[in-house]
Amino acid sequence: MAAAATAGSSPGSGPGDSPEGPEAEAPERRRKAHGMLKLYYGLSEGEGAGRPSGPDPLDPTDLNGAHFDPEVYLDKLRRECPLAQLMDSETDMVRQIRALDSDMQTLVYENYNKFISATDTIRKMKNDFRKMEDEMDRLATNMAVITDFSARISATLQDRHERITKLAGVHALLRKLQFLFELPSRLTKCVELGAYGQAVRYQGRAQAVLQQYQHLPSFRAIQDDCQVITARLAQQLRQRFREGGSGAPEQAECVELLLALGEPAEELCEEFLVHARGRLEEELRSLEAELGPSPPAPDVLEFTDHGGSGFVGGLCHVAAAYQELFAAQGPAGAEKLAAFAQELGSRYFALVERRLAQEQGGGDNSLLVRALDRFHRRLRAPGALLAAAGLADAATEIVERVARERLGHHLQGLQAAFLGCLTDVRQALAAPRVAGKEGPGLAELLANVASSILSHIKASLAAVHLFTAKEVSFSNKPYFRGEFCSQGVREGLIVGFVRSMCQTAQSFCDSPGEKGGATPPALLLLLSRLCLDYETATISYILTLTDEQFLVQDQSPVTPVSTLCAEARETARRLLTHYVKVQGLVISQMLRKSVETRDWLSTLEPRNVRAVMKRVVEDTTAIDVQVGLLYEEGVRKAQSSDSSKRTFSVYSSSRQQGRYAPSYTPSAPMDTNLLSNIQKLFSERIDVFSPVEFNKVSVLTGIIKISLKTLLECVRLRTFGRFGLQQVQVDCHFLQLYLWRFVADEELVHLLLDEVVASAALRCPDPVPMEPSVVEVICERG
Amino acid sequence: MEDDAPVIYGLEFQARALTPQTAETDAIRFLVGTQSLKYDNQIHIIDFDDENNIINKNVLLHQAGEIWHISASPADKGVLATCYNRTSDSKVLTCAAVWRMPKELESGSHESPDDSSSTAQTLELLCHLDNTAHGNMACVVWEPMGDGKKIISLADNHILLWDLQESSSQAVLASSASLEGKGQLRFTSGRWSPHHNCTQVATASDTTLRGWDTRNMSQIYCIENAHGQLVRDLDFNPNKQYYLASCGDDCKVKFWDTRNVTEPVKTLEEHSHWVWNVRYNHSHDQLVLTGSSDSRVILSNMVSISSEPFGHLVDDDDISDQEDHRSEEKSKEPLQDNVIATYEEHEDSVYAVDWSSADPWLFASLSYDGRLVINRVPRALKYHILL
Repeated sequence: MAAAATAGSSPGSGPGDSPEGPEAEAPERRRKAHGMLKLYYGLSEGEGAGRPSGPDPLDPTDLNGAHFDPEVYLDKLRRECPLAQLMDSETDMVRQIRALDSDMQTLVYENYNKFISATDTIRKMKNDFRKMEDEMDRLATNMAVITDFSARISATLQDRHERITKLAGVHALLRKLQFLFELPSRLTKCVELGAYGQAVRYQGRAQAVLQQYQHLPSFRAIQDDCQVITARLAQQLRQRFREGGSGAPEQAECVELLLALGEPAEELCEEFLVHARGRLEEELRSLEAELGPSPPAPDVLEFTDHGGSGFVGGLCHVAAAYQELFAAQGPAGAEKLAAFAQELGSRYFALVERRLAQEQGGGDNSLLVRALDRFHRRLRAPGALLAAAGLADAATEIVERVARERLGHHLQGLQAAFLGCLTDVRQALAAPRVAGKEGPGLAELLANVASSILSHIKASLAAVHLFTAKEVSFSNKPYFRGEFCSQGVREGLIVGFVRSMCQTAQSFCDSPGEKGGATPPALLLLLSRLCLDYETATISYILTLTDEQFLVQDQSPVTPVSTLCAEARETARRLLTHYVKVQGLVISQMLRKSVETRDWLSTLEPRNVRAVMKRVVEDTTAIDVQVGLLYEEGVRKAQSSDSSKRTFSVYSSSRQQGRYAPSYTPSAPMDTNLLSNIQKLFSERIDVFSPVEFNKVSVLTGIIKISLKTLLECVRLRTFGRFGLQQVQVDCHFLQLYLWRFVADEELVHLLLDEVVASAALRCPDPVPMEPSVVEVICERG
Repeated sequence: MEDDAPVIYGLEFQARALTPQTAETDAIRFLVGTQSLKYDNQIHIIDFDDENNIINKNVLLHQAGEIWHISASPADKGVLATCYNRTSDSKVLTCAAVWRMPKELESGSHESPDDSSSTAQTLELLCHLDNTAHGNMACVVWEPMGDGKKIISLADNHILLWDLQESSSQAVLASSASLEGKGQLRFTSGRWSPHHNCTQVATASDTTLRGWDTRNMSQIYCIENAHGQLVRDLDFNPNKQYYLASCGDDCKVKFWDTRNVTEPVKTLEEHSHWVWNVRYNHSHDQLVLTGSSDSRVILSNMVSISSEPFGHLVDDDDISDQEDHRSEEKSKEPLQDNVIATYEEHEDSVYAVDWSSADPWLFASLSYDGRLVINRVPRALKYHILL
């Protein structure tokens, strides 16, 4: 179509720009036209012919193709298409032809005027050019004349010009020479005036020339003079440099000048460092003086401030100046500087550590943390400047170490606080009771201890929390984000404290002074309750608190709450068991003495319950009250109303009678044995020192078991007369009357007491038991 | 195998006193003394037939009184000493005497078929240890290695060394010492050390252990507060001369090095009531036997403080190299102290336990209700120790 028409024409003509048949969609057409253009210019076919129906350019049947052959096309149409389609294509063809015609017409009309005006312009240009040609000819002749003149003038002036040039050269040379001749005096003047910079510049300028012409005697003299002066200059500079009083920047200037004078850089940098060292050491000395034992040391914040501004600042200056001056030295120079900084830095650190060590005893964390923060922050600058010296790392290490020590200190503090609490409790317990007025109750003491420990823990947590505060420069170090929180605070401080608390408490269980009961039993009881409370609530509370305050990101394993709780529970159990042992022992001793010291063979007929038994009951009641203050009641086997007790005791004593009745009818020697053995077969074995549970009844049961078993063993070691036996009978009945209420299973008391009486009967050559009714009367009277 | 099962023997009376027949090294034989206030007391000679698991007994009458302590002479099978109560109108006095049993019972258990009906034979009194001046006898111990001529008896607060003369028919008080101090000091128990030429005796009184030199009856060492409460018994390690074990009312068994008396070497706390008796095995001192009033007998393996801390040292040359090698390997693994077994055959307090003098793997325990139980060390352990 339109594109096909342009395909053969020159590239100049705008293809497909012309408006085409309005029936074709514009974008599609344009794309087609582009495809044609590309084809023409040999561009890659694929790019343009993205359309799947991309026509084969060689196809003779392609109406738009370059190789279109109307005959072939017609043949093809005639052959392939049915009539209807032929008609359609014919009308289509006609329509397209018409459209093309009208397009062509429009084109012609549009361009006609342009052609005409172009023709006019060309004609005018032709006229103008002709005029210009004449002018150019005239110009050429004039120029030739000028050239001629100029050549003549040059020829005449040539001679003089050469002389002037030579003179100018001589003048310049003379000025230079003058400078050279004047140089020694100038230099001297400069040196006298102290304008060292100027002098060095002059020297630098003259140096090369003098070097070049030194074979001439006069120059030689100048050079010698200059060298002498320069040497003096260098000496003066060095002198100034050595004096060192004028501060780092001036020294740096001196060094710069000396370098410009060509002094050996290595030597200079050595000297520079020596001087810097002198200054920094002075700073260190002043720091050390502050540290000294005699004057009242300034607080740690002030100290680190001094250190930071004095030493670290100085070090920064030195490092900066050094790097500026001796950059040319290369890696060797940098190494030297690093070694220098490292050495001085380590001395500084030693001082800081000494100072921080003095601070360890103190309780104020915030000041310390601020000081550490300053310290750390100050050192980051030289750290960046002197990465090789590793000052920042060392500083971080120091901070970490201090933090660790701080944790240790807090742990000790907590332990001390705990021990202090214990001492208070001891004192409170030992304080003589004012008659009628009870001291602080155990429950109150327990609450006091618990709250004081908890507040100490919280205070410690708050104190160490300062180390991880956002605004502190070292808080984002990996140590403080991870290990400090998990291993340090959680494990080291909190878990460590709970463990040490348990250990301290447990140590009361196996204190060597077992006999005297170095620890008051009430303290054991209180500690046991404390540990139990920790197990049930406090531990998980503290750990949750810790985990919240120190968002632990470290993945290292930590002690789970359950383990700690189990430890606390174990401690509580051991303490309580020990309490039972101690109290049981007290009562046992009483019973034992009472059995061992009495002459049971020649005792009189019992009239009373022995005072010891009353005492035992009293003590047991007191223990009951004491335990009741801290522990719950616990479960006991049902069956104890007052009435049942009464009937039971009657039954029991009658049963006792029945039990050892046969033993004094001398027919069967083994009856007693048999009976008691049979009874034992059916009763459970009694574990005397068995572990107790956390309730009052269990505790009391344990104590009574221990006491009664002691009574039994002691009775078995003695020989009783008739009345001795009866006394035992009365005593046992009395105990039975009063002890049942304390134990979980009153059957247990009966069993043990029965066995005591039975054993006493066995140990009696003449066993005549007392009438149960009489026993009862005596007991009730007592 | 069934022969690990315990063998039980019942006495009619209460009993506290038990001893192996020390001089007998072939037959397993124990002597048990009864306690009865109303009937004649007896000494049961109990023979245990290891192969058939049968007990044979012979009964001797001990009419002097109820027996609190019994010990057999290490030199003469037929000689034994007892401490017994003599009750005389409203006074009880514990005396001690040396006895000889009838010849035919000494080493034979040819139990006559009619033993139950036949009148029990009586002990022949050799001599009486006169204690009128010294008070109640707590125990009598024989010089362990000697010829059965020397005995020590503990009476209240006196320690008395006797020489038996004229074939034991006369006891002469050779020397004595006594405890002085406030309160009523009373010895509860004593043992004669088999080491140092048998010149040392250790005693227990209240919570204190004391060592005595028998040559001049002076105190050698003193372990104050060895136990929290009364010390009930002690025993010397037969192979390590400075080691001794003690037990007491604090339910603990403690092992001491007498050169350092401030701290026990080791403490066991396995019993739940007073421990009345502790005994080292005579040959394998890692085996320690304890009896307690919680009715249990516990056999412990105290390897770490025994004379064979690395297991049995193989010194037999005829063992093949391979075996040698193996045993060496075995000895390298650290051995743990542990409880080997807890024997619960008793139903009353166990007041006496002891090893057989003939078979080192066999022991007897006696509870108050008169039950004697004979047990063996578990086979596996026995082989472990031997091989």
